[in-house]
Amino acid sequence: MTTSDLRLHVSDLACIRGGRVVFEGISFEAGAGEALVLTGPNGAGKSSLLRQIAGLLDIEQGTIALTGGDPERGIAEQAHYAGHLDGLKPPMTVLETLRFWAAFLGGAAGGVETALEAMALAPLADLPAAYLSAGQKRRLSLARLAVSPRPLWLLDEPSVALDAASVARLRAFMAGHLAGGGIIVAATHLDLGLPVARELRLGREVAA
Amino acid sequence: MRRAFLALAARDIRLAAGIGGGGGMAVFFFLTVVAIVPLGVGPDRPVLELLAPGMLWVGLLLASLLTLDRMFQADVEDGSFDLLSMGPLPLELVAVAKSLAHWVVTGLPLVVAAPVLGILLNLPPERMPLLVMAMLAGTPALSFIGAVGAALTVGIRRGGLLASLLVLPFYIPVLIFGVGAVEAAAGGFEGQAGMQAMLLLGAISLASFVIGPLGAAAALRANLR
Repeated sequence: MTTSDLRLHVSDLACIRGGRVVFEGISFEAGAGEALVLTGPNGAGKSSLLRQIAGLLDIEQGTIALTGGDPERGIAEQAHYAGHLDGLKPPMTVLETLRFWAAFLGGAAGGVETALEAMALAPLADLPAAYLSAGQKRRLSLARLAVSPRPLWLLDEPSVALDAASVARLRAFMAGHLAGGGIIVAATHLDLGLPVARELRLGREVAA
Repeated sequence: MRRAFLALAARDIRLAAGIGGGGGMAVFFFLTVVAIVPLGVGPDRPVLELLAPGMLWVGLLLASLLTLDRMFQADVEDGSFDLLSMGPLPLELVAVAKSLAHWVVTGLPLVVAAPVLGILLNLPPERMPLLVMAMLAGTPALSFIGAVGAALTVGIRRGGLLASLLVLPFYIPVLIFGVGAVEAAAGGFEGQAGMQAMLLLGAISLASFVIGPLGAAAALRANLR
């Protein structure tokens, strides 16, 4: 596996939102096949940290680097981000949505079929996203991760709205990604049951 | 990269052309504006003929402003924009794809509708080809300049009016030369003046093709981080 020396380095990271310091001095590393679980109370900056890694939020202080990946592409282009918003268009069917992302993200042939299978969406393939339930939308949004292989997954509460069977599917999906030498950084309140999960706790209660 | 660009443009065209996408909205607005002009100014045919090029261009400008605000906002609101910005395309090319799609679903149908509406305003048939040519040369500028306004107001709910106010002053050259290209022919200056206005329209479109996406991408970066 070419990505085996892949490593995500975050050092002394700070995040300031609306003049308020959300967190500062965050440092961690994660290597290929490792999962890092972000925990902490609401507002501790779990989502902000993920968005900073994804390049969607400015970095006030500190550095984020991904080494051992494709030197031609930035972190954002080597990462999949699954946030609170599903990013689905109501008129587009499940299949059209996955085909679009496969074409846009440069997915390999067969990626769409893999994605349909990974999240058990095949029976819904021809249904427009408007008719999907919250959990089904979530599954479609997560299935996008399979249409084009990217080594770093940034997941923000991936198990929200999923039923028990889908959580199990998600767990297998994530384990498969780790086994292939990927890295997962996930924010969650629930135990995702990942094999090699380390925990990073944000926002320790400090007396003001 | 080309595959991503085409996929995005095709998706935007499809979404806008579908139900609730707002693709047909501009044409019907254009129709409404032009159809009520004869009711307002009276059915005097020479007067209508005099007003026709100006009214058609004004109607076209207003109609193309109508769908502008959703160009980026829809994607930002449902989270797709985060994913688009992490793709292989730089934001500038995302803006080009979206502007092109806006032109295909808004500008192009307006150009096709214009000669039909010209009949309502007693525009002489021999000036129709000139009108269509001028509009074909000028309408891309409306989408590409408009992208900057759409990007600047992307974070504002009901930002459509603000986007229109920001963008409209930059539409004025298109309006002036667009009307000029059609009227020069009527004034008897066949070749020269009309051709000049037509070339200037093309120049505005080409310039906006470069400046619009750069400005839109800069505005999006400033707005969303």
